[in-house]
Amino acid sequence: MKIMFKYLALSFLISVLVACSSTSTEDSSSSSDGMDSSSSSASTSGVGAGSTSVSDDNMDPEAGLESVFYFEFDESTLTASTRAALDAYAAVLRSSPRNIRLEGHADERGTREYNIALGERRAKSVADYLIASGVSASRIETISYGEERPAVSASTPSAWAQNRRVELK
Amino acid sequence: MFQRVAVGIVFLFVSLVSHAQLTIEITQGIDRPTQIAVVPFRWDDGGSAPENFASVISEDLRRSGLFNAMSVSNMLSFPYPGSTISFRDWRITDTEYLLTGTARTTADGIEAVIELHNVISQNLVMRKTVYGGHNNGRDVAHRIADLVYETVTGIPGIFGTKIIYVTDGTMMDGSKRYRLMLADQDGAREQIITESSQPLMSPTWSPDGTHVAYVSFETGRPAIFTQELGTGQREQLTNFRGINGAPSWSPDGTKMAMSLSKDGNPEIYVMDIASKTFERITNHFAIDTEPNWTPDGENLVFTSDRGGRPQIYQINLDSKRLRRITFEGDYNARPRLSIDGRYLVMVHRRDGQYHIAVQDLELDRLIIVTETSLDESPTIAPNSAMVMYATKWQGRGILSAVSLDAGIKYRLPAQAGDVREPAWSPN
Repeated sequence: MKIMFKYLALSFLISVLVACSSTSTEDSSSSSDGMDSSSSSASTSGVGAGSTSVSDDNMDPEAGLESVFYFEFDESTLTASTRAALDAYAAVLRSSPRNIRLEGHADERGTREYNIALGERRAKSVADYLIASGVSASRIETISYGEERPAVSASTPSAWAQNRRVELK
Repeated sequence: MFQRVAVGIVFLFVSLVSHAQLTIEITQGIDRPTQIAVVPFRWDDGGSAPENFASVISEDLRRSGLFNAMSVSNMLSFPYPGSTISFRDWRITDTEYLLTGTARTTADGIEAVIELHNVISQNLVMRKTVYGGHNNGRDVAHRIADLVYETVTGIPGIFGTKIIYVTDGTMMDGSKRYRLMLADQDGAREQIITESSQPLMSPTWSPDGTHVAYVSFETGRPAIFTQELGTGQREQLTNFRGINGAPSWSPDGTKMAMSLSKDGNPEIYVMDIASKTFERITNHFAIDTEPNWTPDGENLVFTSDRGGRPQIYQINLDSKRLRRITFEGDYNARPRLSIDGRYLVMVHRRDGQYHIAVQDLELDRLIIVTETSLDESPTIAPNSAMVMYATKWQGRGILSAVSLDAGIKYRLPAQAGDVREPAWSPN
């Protein structure tokens, strides 16, 4: 399971790197075209990320906590690592209550409405675990996007693994 | 040089957001298609024709997979209704049917007189006059193709039908744009029905073809909407906690079946559209979704994993008597029934691959009609001869179609973006 998790983290890192490199390619081509809109927005976000991340670390007690939880194919049961991450989250939410939204997702295989139902099952199983850990049910909203909002748009086993998820927001 | 590139990028962007623009590519037809010659229509007004009738008709018939249309450059003469036909000239080119036509504009619109001759028996098999509005030359041509198709094959044509489908594309700023589109069944004359930065899904037609229903996440949660095609007028039907999904209109147009999870898990409900009252149809802790009506309006077929894996069940709305109707394979979902109730199409998994399967409910026989691996959202044409579905091709979502006997296949690749969830108009 741990190996699986590392693999996921690695593939996620790779996809981020790929995304970054493709963005920079676009930036350089568009700036040489004299179109400044995309290059200026890219540089703005670069500066902003550096300055805000410092204050985030100081202000946000949840910083550093895992907020995306992954699932096996056609499954809504929580993995051991997800339960451990949720224990940490529940402790923070008990001491500083706020409303959270759990967004359930599925990979692209199978029918769309069935995947909506599967995404809801996943979001609810995270919600149930948090409630059992002492988080008030009234603070939790669940919603399922099924396969409609993939994290990674590709038809590969690693993309599917990254898309079977619940995002805590 | 760089300016050129910039223009190219902008052009691509514009074409992405304005048109998915589908075009048909036949991938499989029957072994020996009927040979037909569609002679260029004589235009009575002297002016230029508003539509190239012969070309649209030839393309329609060719794409059906059942016809081979003769090229105009191979024609030795250009007869028209009432003129003398030299059958021998057509016979030596192996032509079996000959279609001639004369068109003109009237105060009301377009009027076309057509004659279909059987070249082998040398007799007139059909003579008709087809009317259409001033800007509906294409509709007139599709109607003529329908008449020819039905006369020769005995099956009603579907060239005048429409499809709706969902597209998604990424805007220049990286944001998503979801669209519900309407087009002719061949992908022509595409137009936007509705669009949103949030997902749109599960589009379906009212039985009279005047309205569509769909699920929109535009409020931040899923909700079922109906929309009148002519006016664009929308109505939000549901706003429950949880899933509001899988709308399906009853055959008489008064009710909407759907899946709602307001009770904690997805259950099938039937809503009376006028009174806004709901009746709960299923009651089980499993997933119950994707309802579709039997043609008599007395039963629903739907997907349920109450047996452990998704299978298709039928429930009687009156007695609530339930029976499972799929037994082959460990994944059968999203059922759609043909208008005659004989065929059930569905998503069927075999060896980990998702295909479209057709179950003949009379012979109780299931056949898989697609070879690709991520096939979904099957929808049956109103003539019960073709099924359109969504699949992946060259990394993108596209629409494809196959005849219910798997003999004819074509795909409708889009120029840009992902295309999915087709729904064929009821007429």
